[in-house]
Amino acid sequence: MSLLDVRDLSIVFSRRGRRDVRAVDEVTFSVAAGETVGLVGESGCGKSVTSLAIMGLLPKRGAAVGGSIKFDGTELTSLPADKMRGLRGRDIAMVFQDPMTSLNPVIPIGLQVTEVLRRHRDMDAAAASKEAASLLERVGIPDPARRLKEYPHQLSGGMRQRALIAMALACKPRLLIADEPTTALDVTIQAQILELLKELVVDSGTALVMITHDLGVVAGMCDSVHVMYSGRIVERASRWELFEAPRHPYTAGLLASVPRLDQARGEKLEPIPGSPRDTIPWTQGCAFAPRCRNRIESCTQGAPELVADKLRPDHDLRCFNPIDVAEQEAVTL
Amino acid sequence: MSDPLLSVTGLRKHFPITKGLLRRQVGAVKAVDGVDFDVARGETLGLVGESGCGKTTTGRLLIRLLDPTGGTIVFDGRDITRLPQRRMRPLRRDIQMIFQDPYSSLNPRHTVGAIVGAPFRIQGIETEHGVKRAVQEILELVGLSPEHYNRYPHEFSGGQRQRIGIARTLALRPKLIIADEPVSALDVSIQAQVVNLLEDLQNELDLTYVVIAHDLSVVRHISERVAVMYLGKIVELADRRSLYETPMHPYTVALMSAVPVPDPARRRQRDRIRLAGDVPSPLNPPAACRFHTRCWKAREVCRQEEPPLAELAPGHRVACHFPENAPAAAPSRGDSDRQVSDQRSEAPAGGGGGPAATS
Ligand SMILES: Nc1ncnc2c1ncn2[C@@H]1O[C@H](COP(=O)(O)OP(=O)(O)OP(=O)(O)O)[C@@H](O)[C@H]1O
Ligand SMILES: Nc1ncnc2c1ncn2[C@@H]1O[C@H](COP(=O)(O)OP(=O)(O)O)[C@@H](O)[C@H]1O
Ligand code: SF4
Ligand code: SF4
Ligand SMILES: [Mg+2]
Ligand SMILES: [Mg+2]
Repeated sequence: MSLLDVRDLSIVFSRRGRRDVRAVDEVTFSVAAGETVGLVGESGCGKSVTSLAIMGLLPKRGAAVGGSIKFDGTELTSLPADKMRGLRGRDIAMVFQDPMTSLNPVIPIGLQVTEVLRRHRDMDAAAASKEAASLLERVGIPDPARRLKEYPHQLSGGMRQRALIAMALACKPRLLIADEPTTALDVTIQAQILELLKELVVDSGTALVMITHDLGVVAGMCDSVHVMYSGRIVERASRWELFEAPRHPYTAGLLASVPRLDQARGEKLEPIPGSPRDTIPWTQGCAFAPRCRNRIESCTQGAPELVADKLRPDHDLRCFNPIDVAEQEAVTL
Repeated sequence: MSDPLLSVTGLRKHFPITKGLLRRQVGAVKAVDGVDFDVARGETLGLVGESGCGKTTTGRLLIRLLDPTGGTIVFDGRDITRLPQRRMRPLRRDIQMIFQDPYSSLNPRHTVGAIVGAPFRIQGIETEHGVKRAVQEILELVGLSPEHYNRYPHEFSGGQRQRIGIARTLALRPKLIIADEPVSALDVSIQAQVVNLLEDLQNELDLTYVVIAHDLSVVRHISERVAVMYLGKIVELADRRSLYETPMHPYTVALMSAVPVPDPARRRQRDRIRLAGDVPSPLNPPAACRFHTRCWKAREVCRQEEPPLAELAPGHRVACHFPENAPAAAPSRGDSDRQVSDQRSEAPAGGGGGPAATS
């Protein structure tokens, strides 16, 4: 049984005098307790709006959400705002890319954590501040008693992110959405935070949605991976499958274009031509077509559907002309 | 190194911290604190390290956007450390900088033609067929189209904007280019385009690069030699191969093991070392070896004596009392510690964080 079930999610932004932006379309995925699911893709592909939709944090006006988001059987897209507020912070928590925007700058860290504990876990002041100190300690903030009195700007970026994770943990959420939680951090701090998130999944059985553009982070964390391009999922597989045998030209292109520390240094990188801005609308064909080396005629005559890969079980693809297995050896070698 | 293009010795930059009406100095941020390196003609030197370790400050000192607190910078045989700005101007043609953010470093109200052509006008340089022709040639060189001449920066994607930024630095045919995080603001799929462009231009135009980046994989790809910085100092400097295959400074070892690699299988085999805590503040850096608060090999001597940047293998310099992977002849008193370090690295991130490894 999945804890979170997202079916056919679409998000359309409309503003007067402008054309509608279909930021997300046909997005389907699910996450079970104790599972980590990755959403990967470049900036603007729709990762963050997907997570905001799950959290019920999209602007009320101008953003139309279609499809269904079920959390433990409850439909979230039609849930009244006060019920959603109750879930948020208690059952579903989120860690954002920029911790500064989600911490209140004029309230000490400690008060922000104890506030959550008192509100959602009905603790009295004394119990809450004891629990807060132990949470800070758990996320690796040294000298927690002192840090609790400090304001967000007095902490380093890594510590702020850890404080935010402490707040997310405060309610023992069943679902945690982490949107680029380490993108703004240094690698040694990133390693600490990722380790912490992994512990959380293993120890508390939390379901984790990991949003990132970093394939390395995905490889180390996620049970299954969804690659997004221009608002849609274009490939879905277990991390083992995806990295060993990427079938979608975009996934393969991403893997071939990053220099890697774990491989001999190639003479030249193989970039994907063009930029993520060079797309065609999905209604006219495959959005990746303008940049795709595997493009065939049918690619610009209609949109490919996300369907099970004929060659591999438990691997979904949205592509008319995926990379075949022989070619793939060349890509991954 | 015989006849390097750039030679830096003991370079320092301290930013004063002042307080009160009288602006009394109460301390200093030691952003760069005694840095030595040479850059040979035609080579690429990579400068890596975590945020705040002084990479950008070093870059700005090299092009004299900042005045050094101490040390010397010799460029092409000339000491430019104290050259007044007025006499720096002709040298600005030879040393150029590419900035991290392709969005904020281009003036949105100027056309591409005006941006790339500005250096010609500022320096008052005559061009054979006029500035426009010269600019269009450069646009082609960086993979843009001459038709882009009259367009504005906002009409371009991040990767294209970075190309415009690169075109601007090339206008005056510099000898040395300092590239500060040239790809980190770009989408993954277009980083490779810019990396390849930098490499092609280097071959074509005989350029020398100092590339500043926090991404170790990118740095390994484009640099011939790499310097690793920590809190204002170079802790290790070696050719690419020996640095990545046999890193000697514990910080370099930890840094490399922290890089996530896109291969789930390989990831499990990699020997991982996890550092506790954050980088200490450069306002008040730890005494002696600055890495001792996070180093699993630290001993008393590390807190008492600063290790010199010593050449432990040909061309491989390291500042550490107990280096890893050190050749037999070099001091390697710390080898027996390795066992302990590996156990410790498996401990959860919690455990008090901070300088857990030493207390
Ligand atoms: N003008 C300034 N006044 C005071 N301190 C400064 C100034 N410029 C930089 N610093 C400090 O000097 C140190 C080194 O900064 P620098 O920008 O060189 O770091 P960096 O290595 O480029 O980091 P990043 O990877 O984040 O770009 C930092 O602690 C920074 O806060
Ligand atoms: N409030 C908004 N109004 C209009 N368009 C938006 C809004 N928020 C996001 N978008 C658009 O939706 C798309 C997906 O954005 P986002 O989910 O933030 O991408 P990312 O994958 O980088 O997180 C982008 O094209 C973005 O411009
Ligand atoms: S559908 Fe066609 S254009 Fe799109 S990724 Fe597949 S081969 Fe390329
Ligand atoms: S000198 Fe000591 S503290 Fe510094 S890096 Fe070497 S072993 Fe670690
Ligand atoms: Mg985002
Ligand atoms: Mg910098």
